[in-house]
Formats: sequence, structure tokens, C-alpha cells
Amino acid sequence: MSGQGMSGQDQLWEVFVRSRRGLSHTHAGSLHAPDAEMALRNARDLYTRRQEGVSIWVVPSSAVTASSPDEKDPFFEPSADKPYRHPTFYEVPEGVKNL
Amino acid sequence: MTRAFKNAATALGDDALVLAQRLGEWSGNAPTLEEDVALTNIGLDLLGQARFLLSLAGDEDELAYLREEREFRNVQLVEQPNGDFAHTIARQLYFSCYQELLYRELASGDSQTAGLAAKAVKEVAYHRDHAVQWTLRLGDGTADSHERMRRAVDALWRFTGELFAPVEGLDVDLPALRGEWLATVSQVLERATLTLPTGPDRTAWAAGAGRQGVHTESFGRMLAEMQHLHRSHPGATW
Repeated sequence: MSGQGMSGQDQLWEVFVRSRRGLSHTHAGSLHAPDAEMALRNARDLYTRRQEGVSIWVVPSSAVTASSPDEKDPFFEPSADKPYRHPTFYEVPEGVKNL
Repeated sequence: MTRAFKNAATALGDDALVLAQRLGEWSGNAPTLEEDVALTNIGLDLLGQARFLLSLAGDEDELAYLREEREFRNVQLVEQPNGDFAHTIARQLYFSCYQELLYRELASGDSQTAGLAAKAVKEVAYHRDHAVQWTLRLGDGTADSHERMRRAVDALWRFTGELFAPVEGLDVDLPALRGEWLATVSQVLERATLTLPTGPDRTAWAAGAGRQGVHTESFGRMLAEMQHLHRSHPGATW
């Protein structure tokens, strides 16, 4: 056995789907698969069978570093009272999509 | 519609219908949730092909639900029980490699099936890819998965000869496709550290008279499950 096959242990993968050209990949969900190639195929079956996508990324869930709920306040609250950071003073030009 | 053309449409339609039913049996039983969706998804692709083909031969519901076992024209390979997951994958490998070549030929022709074949060949290319990926992983995996995959490719091998027997009314030179099929399957098995089974080739005896309506033992039971609802409640819809 050269070991290209199963380790017997599925790992968890995060799936990102680009719904059409010009948009960015968006997190669609997660799934189990033995390796990256199978994860890509499972993602195709689970998340794009109703024409939801034109491109898929899969990333091992273990590679994701997430912010902790405990840090929610220092991370996010300071931005709550700074309305000047929101570009609300512009008119959106006609014909701009996906804003 | 000539009788010969209907014969060919029934044969290919039955192949797709019966395999779709077998794959549907995995629903809720597959090794993982992801694989459950993958197998039933492949089954649904095949069901779509079956509906189109059987509609060319007659009334699709009557053909699917009201024929007796001896009237089905599918190859014996597709009716073989799911067995363990390796058996299902070996059946998929043999059949989808064959079906991809067959549809590719049909798509380049000008029969009424060319349109369906052009669309279906993309579906089947994915079925083949799915089977290849799993054959590699099971064959070149653990000692247990290797042994199961070896048993499966050996057990189903004797049903592959029938795939390349000429079908009346089908405008494809099936015997000529066997060489390319064999090259593809051998290459996959080799990469999966498996050995190509030896046994009947086209010059020798091979199991399989499904195209003549002779089926293997488990087929009747599968048919009973597939047909009983329609036979108990004719015309039932929901």
C-alpha cells in the first residue's frame, strides 16, 4: 500500500462556494471527507446540485483560526459607536450591483 | 418508431432504471451522509435518463411498473445487489466507464437519442470520476478495504462481457468499444494496486443474458419492491 487511500478517518472540511463570476467565495457549510479531492466532490453534491455555484474551495476545518466568543466585546463593540466609518453619505450610482 | 429502435431504447432505459433503483437502496444506508447524497444523486441522474429513453419506447410508467421480470432488457451487471460499499463501487466503475463510451458514441450520431446522450455524457463522466476516486481509495487503502475491493472487482467481472454484446436497433458498434473500456478500467485498477480479473473475454463464454430477458436471482425481489406501490394502487400520485 503506498497510502494514497483511506486512513479510515474522515476529517471535517469547510466549504466555500462562488455563486457566479465576479462574486467572492462564500462559506456554504461543512462536511466530512477522507481527503481534499473527496471533499471537493462531496461539496459538489451537497452544495451545488441546484446550480448554486461555479467554483468551490474546501479548507480543512482545523486550518481555520476563529475568534473566540469571549473576545466579542473587545473585538467588535468599539466599532458600534463610530457611524462615520459607514459610507452612508454617498448616493449609490445607478447600475451598481452586488453592493 | 420502429420495433428495433424501441428495443434499443428499452435496453438502455432499463439499464439506467435498474441501476437507479439499486443506488436508491443506499438512501439512508450509505457509509456517510455525504456518500448517501452522492449515490442517490447519481441514481437520480440515471432515473432522468431512464425516463427519457423509456418514453421513446412507450409509456414510461407502464414500462417501469407493469412489466414482468422476463420483459426487462437491462444487462445483468446493473441488477446485481449492492453488496458492501466496494461491490457498489466496482459495479459503478464497470458500468459508468461503459456508459460514458456508449453515450459519447450516441451523441456523435444523429438518432433521436443524440440530444439526451450529449447531456448525459457529462453526468456519466462525473459518475465515472466518483467510482474511480473510490476505487483508488479502497484499493490502495487499508488491508480490509483492499481485500473487499479485490473481491468486488473479481465477483462482478463475469458480468462485464454482456456490456459489449450487440443490441438490436442500437446504432453503436458495442464490441468495438471494449478495447477502450478495458484500457480505462485496467489503468484505474492498476493505480488502485488491484489486478485486472482474468476470465471470459469476448471470444469466450460470459455470464449475462439480461438483454434477452433472463435475469439473476435477486432481480425479482428488487422489481417487487420497485413495482409494488404502483401495482397495489394503480395510478397513485402525490
